Amino acid sequence: MKSLRLTAILLALSLVGLAASAQSTLTGAGSTWVYPLVAKWAAAYQQNNGVEVNYQSIGSGGGIAQIKAGTVAFGASDMPLKPEDLSSAGLIQFPTAVAGEDLVYNLPGIQPEQLVLSGSLVADIYLGKVKKWNDPEIAKLNSGLNLPDMDITVVHRSDGSGTTFTFCDYLSKVSPEWKDKVGANTSVSWPAGVGGKGNEGVASYVQRIPGSIGYVEYAYILESHLSDARMINRDGKIVSPSLKGFQDAAAHVDFTKAQDFYVILTDHTGPDTWPISGCTWQILRKNAPKEMNLAVMKFFDWGFEHGQDMARSISFGPLPENTVAAIKSYWKKELGYSL
Amino acid sequence: MSESDVVSGIEIRPMSERPKSVGRSWHLPADFFFHKAAVFAAFLVAGVLFATIIAIAFDSRTSIHAFGIWKFLKSSEWNPVTQTFGAFPFIIGTLVSSAIAMVLGVPISFGVAVFIAEIAPVWIKRPVAAAIELLAAIPSIVYGLWGLLIFAPVFARAEPWINDKLGAIPGIGLLFQGPPMGIGMLTAGIVLAIMVLPYMSSIMRDVFLVVPSSLRESAYAMGATTWEVAWNIILPYTRTAVIGGIFLGLGRALGETMAVTFVIGNSNTLSSSFLMPGATIPSVLANEFTEATTKLYVSSLIYLGLILIAVTLIVRFLAVLLIRRLGRREGAAA
Repeated sequence: MKSLRLTAILLALSLVGLAASAQSTLTGAGSTWVYPLVAKWAAAYQQNNGVEVNYQSIGSGGGIAQIKAGTVAFGASDMPLKPEDLSSAGLIQFPTAVAGEDLVYNLPGIQPEQLVLSGSLVADIYLGKVKKWNDPEIAKLNSGLNLPDMDITVVHRSDGSGTTFTFCDYLSKVSPEWKDKVGANTSVSWPAGVGGKGNEGVASYVQRIPGSIGYVEYAYILESHLSDARMINRDGKIVSPSLKGFQDAAAHVDFTKAQDFYVILTDHTGPDTWPISGCTWQILRKNAPKEMNLAVMKFFDWGFEHGQDMARSISFGPLPENTVAAIKSYWKKELGYSL
Repeated sequence: MSESDVVSGIEIRPMSERPKSVGRSWHLPADFFFHKAAVFAAFLVAGVLFATIIAIAFDSRTSIHAFGIWKFLKSSEWNPVTQTFGAFPFIIGTLVSSAIAMVLGVPISFGVAVFIAEIAPVWIKRPVAAAIELLAAIPSIVYGLWGLLIFAPVFARAEPWINDKLGAIPGIGLLFQGPPMGIGMLTAGIVLAIMVLPYMSSIMRDVFLVVPSSLRESAYAMGATTWEVAWNIILPYTRTAVIGGIFLGLGRALGETMAVTFVIGNSNTLSSSFLMPGATIPSVLANEFTEATTKLYVSSLIYLGLILIAVTLIVRFLAVLLIRRLGRREGAAA
């Protein structure tokens, strides 16, 4: 609470023009997923440039609400806003970094990366249609594996999350039935299964329940050593999740052509493309004080320039170079000023 | 005035300076301010309660307008994608998890209190009482973590047995069938029971200890057993206070958030089995508030909060009614 009040005071000061001084604070809020990256960039940025970036990971929905209310300098969301919503609220958005998520499982006798799944099969499992691990549909993709005669327990997020949005968006693209019955949002009405709070909640349920399957962020899989699945991508290739796979997804969508960078990275073409890739967007207010927006732009520009190794070290994929160039011209076009 | 007239901070005044009447006497400015302060404190609490209810009702208006009252209460659809909201599974989940907690917690609390007040030798009374009170000091998030990381895996191993034994009973067997996940409505109820136990047993113990020993001794002298003394002498003598303690526990169970969120499984679909995942009103609020983006969504969550207040008040009202009836029947029998 104390830091929130402090933030509000500092923000009020910045509104009256005091932020123009060299020592200043930049406030942001939103996506929990991008928090490790922004925190890492912020620490390094403060050392190099003396500007403190104070980021609160309150969730993407909270980030959108806070930037709309004008209480922060930037909001972060894992779900992009539609161009019409942006313009009606006087906002702009640009992508920051790419990442991905994968399915993890707890199957006695089956090793990490042994299980192969396709998008439509995952949709059927999450719809509760495929109930057993030795179902012919699963066996068809995993002919070498000795699949147990076990009930599948589906694990999903209980809290609203950008991870859920990306996952459900992918399932909506590969399964008409999913699109029809469930759809995509940060929270959805799950047809089956149990909900765990946060990535750690899902991971701990999967670790504890034999026969369970759940989806978690890639960085979290590396950290927690869960068994993750390989997926069949849109090109029909079997791929493992990797930074390269997430970056390929970003390279194939061509951010530069999309209005307000409104593209979603799931289920794209390319032989190495990871199908459940995602991205975080930063949202700014067009009518915010120029100094404030410039400070945000400087911070992310610095991140794009100097922060890519830091991003890779925590499993975030850097944006393609032409996308970074497109972001800079977007700033100029939408805000009327540039760095 | 000599120094010995001042006893522990209170001035002993000569008779002539003391207030004449014992009741409302504002002869001294201190009394006047104390009276005002006490009245203010009492009305402040009532005022905060009403202000809270009004504010919550006001913020739920978008949702009340969209779904009405009856439709929202009985609808089982909670779908943020289509923006259709209904509270039924969460109301049931809240009531069922609290009911399980009460069924398990009340007899155990009673046992603990009787043990400390009547049975235990002095040297063991204090450690047991201290241990029970320590339970109340543990933050609820710790109960949640303990429930998820330690209790649930152990309980999962017991669940096949529950499936085989209790699940096989015709009728109520339906309540005890499901995959052995270790999380679900029953787990939430058990964790809640442990959490409300210190509140209920501490109050029961305290009031059991104030039962006049002459009552107790006369009963023992007439040849009553410990059980008969506890059930026929102590409990009737302390009934209102015991019920008050149970309400305190019930109130906590109905509103408990984080511990339940960790172990209940968070499924929006209703299930007939206690072993399956469910959700309560507080757990839904904890899970979905941060990512609720639309006005209708936020309003529906606040509407759930309003319903939780209503459910708590109704449960309390019914319980008071029940006690009155019990009291009347007992009066008629005597």
